[in-house]
Amino acid sequence: MLHENLKKKECVTCGCGLCCTKIQNLSVTRNHTEILKDIDLHIHCGDLTAIIGLNGAGKSTLLKAILGEISHTGELTFLDADNNRTRRPVIGYVPQKLDFDCGSPVSVQDVFAAVHTNKPVWFSHSKKIRERAYKSLSSVQAAHLINRRLGILSGGELQRVMLALALDPKPDLLLLDEPVSGIDNNGLKLFYKIVSNLRENYDLSIILVSHDFNLAAQYADRVIFLNDKIVACSGTPEEVFSNQKVIDTFGMKIFKPTGNSGGADN
Amino acid sequence: MPSLYHLIDILLPYEWARHVFMKNALLGVLLVAPIFGLLGTMIVNNRMAFFSDAVGHSALTGIAIGIILGMNNPLWAMLCFSILLAAAITMVINANTASTDTIIGAFSSTAVALGIVILSIRGGFNKYSVYLIGDLLSISTTDLIMLAIVFIIVIILWTTVFNKLLLVSINQSLAGSRRINVQFYKYLFTLTMAVVVTISIQWVGILIINSLLVLPAAAARNIAQNMRQYHIYSVSIAVVSGLSGLILSYFLGTASGATIVLISAIFFLATLGLRFRFNN
Repeated sequence: MLHENLKKKECVTCGCGLCCTKIQNLSVTRNHTEILKDIDLHIHCGDLTAIIGLNGAGKSTLLKAILGEISHTGELTFLDADNNRTRRPVIGYVPQKLDFDCGSPVSVQDVFAAVHTNKPVWFSHSKKIRERAYKSLSSVQAAHLINRRLGILSGGELQRVMLALALDPKPDLLLLDEPVSGIDNNGLKLFYKIVSNLRENYDLSIILVSHDFNLAAQYADRVIFLNDKIVACSGTPEEVFSNQKVIDTFGMKIFKPTGNSGGADN
Repeated sequence: MPSLYHLIDILLPYEWARHVFMKNALLGVLLVAPIFGLLGTMIVNNRMAFFSDAVGHSALTGIAIGIILGMNNPLWAMLCFSILLAAAITMVINANTASTDTIIGAFSSTAVALGIVILSIRGGFNKYSVYLIGDLLSISTTDLIMLAIVFIIVIILWTTVFNKLLLVSINQSLAGSRRINVQFYKYLFTLTMAVVVTISIQWVGILIINSLLVLPAAAARNIAQNMRQYHIYSVSIAVVSGLSGLILSYFLGTASGATIVLISAIFFLATLGLRFRFNN
């Protein structure tokens, strides 16, 4: 993999020639309760970082803090390849679920048009906007869903549609909040495969809140275990999934060591 | 205005359309129904039916406050109070301390109780019962001008910021990631709704105003497949029920607002049947 060697180097000032996202001392407090404390993360372009943790560990909160939706302390910087602070980065976000009434007649095309244009979607969709949506959807194998209602899509279909939406315009940072349930295994595999392709073909960093540890172990470059408000453990999937704290928390050993993985020794 | 009346005379050469109050009511319905049809689509999308109901009920307190302040027409007091209440409810919901329906329920019942207590101080609550069922036939020319202004404002909003409102309703974080000021649009919609509900209340009535907001959109939602159909059906159902309800109430001698609601309800039941029939 392209960035494998670069990742291993110590990254002091990020002189690795890659753009990156730096999170330093990020803390979130809501209603006098601390939800996240002193989170330090460093995510390179091309990396797929999976966040795991129990329910309520603050995984979605971390994504919302990065999005700027929840106020936080600490620093969040986006650096380009020359270690310069860049313009505000384009963030693509794939939500865990939709807020609105699922019976509402909002079609997939409507959502794309709402994002890409100011012309009211109840008026009509221009051919250009329609083609743009079709192209995005094709890239995640969802073009056939363009006229479907959002509310009747399966979990996997909705996830792919939301991914297509997050990828136009091309984001610098992609945040994926995986649904806790409701996605069949094939849909999930397809989703991981598409995400994995993305990272190889485009210059973007990906943060994924994951509930499927086998797939996370297979596709992620780095895994971060959030527990009790802090990053309890982070490293390669081998390292994290063989960590005793992780095993204790989830009550099982997830990672099946392959022949050449040095990190897993028990 | 006279030319508009003349137009109605030409278009509707019937006995019932000759009265000025019927002409005004007809114009009023033509202005109010499309607004309700439009706003209703978003209220149903956002599951805000209970919210708009609370705003409607708060009008009672607005009236009471207006009367304490010695106003002849309590409309301004009603407007101020409903805007304050809508903003307060939104703020408390944002603070995320209890479930939405609990918060709305608490605010709504407090407001209604306060209104009733003040209005019944001298045992004269009956005077105000006109606000409960409304009187479409009392629309005056000045009222029509005010309705026309609200109509234009809603149409402008719906053509300029509708896409943003839609994204905020689908997922707030998603809208935020698109650099949409989520809170601004939430308040914008809520306050618009509060203004429209309050202005219409004296003609439609506190008890049924919410049905008029929700029923056309709920009916449209049963049969529409996308936003365009949703809006076309919702506005059409609102206008058709409005006009037919008004005319029917003239001949039956019933309250026009309630008659309109009943016709919208028939549309809702019919579309619900269609939905079950085609199983989607």
